[in-house]
Amino acid sequence: MNLLHFFWQNHDQIVELTLEHLWLVGVSTLLAVLVGIPLGIISAHWPVWNKPVLGTANIIQTIPSLALFGFLLPVPWLGDRADRLAILALTLYALLPVIRNTYTGIRGVDAAVVEAGRGMGLTDGQLLFQVELPLAVSVILSGVRVAVVVSVGLATIAAAIGAGGLGEFIFRGLAMVNNQLILAGAIPAAILALSADFGLGWLEKRLRPR
Amino acid sequence: MVIEFREVAYVLPNGQSLLAGLNLQVQRGETLVLLGRSGSGKTTTLKLINRLLTPVAGDVLVNGAATAKSDVIRLRRSIGYVIQEVGLFPHYTVGRNIALVPRVEGWPAQRIRQRVEELLQLVGLELPIATRYPHELSGGQRQRVGVARALAADPEILLMDEPFGALDAITRDQLQREFLSLQQRLNKTVVFVTHDLREALRLGSRIALMEAGRLVAVASPAEFLRSTDPLASAYVQAFGDRLESVANRGSA
Repeated sequence: MNLLHFFWQNHDQIVELTLEHLWLVGVSTLLAVLVGIPLGIISAHWPVWNKPVLGTANIIQTIPSLALFGFLLPVPWLGDRADRLAILALTLYALLPVIRNTYTGIRGVDAAVVEAGRGMGLTDGQLLFQVELPLAVSVILSGVRVAVVVSVGLATIAAAIGAGGLGEFIFRGLAMVNNQLILAGAIPAAILALSADFGLGWLEKRLRPR
Repeated sequence: MVIEFREVAYVLPNGQSLLAGLNLQVQRGETLVLLGRSGSGKTTTLKLINRLLTPVAGDVLVNGAATAKSDVIRLRRSIGYVIQEVGLFPHYTVGRNIALVPRVEGWPAQRIRQRVEELLQLVGLELPIATRYPHELSGGQRQRVGVARALAADPEILLMDEPFGALDAITRDQLQREFLSLQQRLNKTVVFVTHDLREALRLGSRIALMEAGRLVAVASPAEFLRSTDPLASAYVQAFGDRLESVANRGSA
């Protein structure tokens, strides 16, 4: 009861921070998709690129998030605004699942289908956009889904460098030993993660080729 | 002469030789069967024609032009290609699968629709099947669609890589019979890969026997049965007697 009352009293701020959170996750996911899908396609088509690309994305993934935020802080243009920096860091983390699933999805397309397409005279571009990507789309989306769910959690840490988002409540709550404040950040974040997971999961099923 | 191999060799990037010193001619309107065991180089030979593979040495000529110097996309679109696994696009309806080459060639929609209807009829399928998806079809139906797709832009040449290999005996027999009657009407230049002597005798105007990357013999079905070549007679023996009854006498 107490908690509901607290939520009601602070709903303006909860909505504002949730929107900030969505902005961080949304922009970083979009960037990760724009960069990650082409990288995944490149590593699937040219095996030489496979190890360096996936290896780099893997290494990035192992850097503790707080440390990554810290490392990026002194970078000139980036360090000027905390949200820029947070978006870059979140993008870097989101890259691995996007690249890996694009790679797996394209490599998983039935070789006979690709060979038939090539043998019938499809160009590389036609093969990519009419055959490989449509058949890999559900696998790619499941990578995006993982990226989004992880980003929603990670973005709470971005509040540590002042990038805003629901992490503000959590850090404030931690500092003041106030569970209500922590929950005011944690519950909306959990709802965001679950809805993204559900929504993208639904889309993934819809787009799965027969 | 529609297709010609001149001293063609193909070697894998790792140095393994798959084909050496191949000289072979395919005449207009004939069905040349490439017969051989797996690893004999028959599929390699086939893929050299539509340049899915490029020769390491020698020339492959299609209608007098070396494939290595032709526009590869144009070349492939002028050659029908059917493979054992069919390779229908699972996310396309049957109609869209058949219309693949006409569509990328930019035919008007009306003409494409007409052509799809024509082709479905040609390969013995009912019109409503055009809106179904490949996974809803039987193996025999899928292979018919594969043939229809290969014929869509009316190519002069048809390459078939064990197209009936994965079918049950009854369906295979039926499709072989239909292939013969289709071939009588269309008169395409066909290169057909198989490891089945019975199929080779039945469908081929000539049989090119391959072994370990080399062409061993080229003979008409009737000649093949009388051949004294040790490998040819080994084949005849392995497939048992009564082979004469299946041998294609159409153009031999």
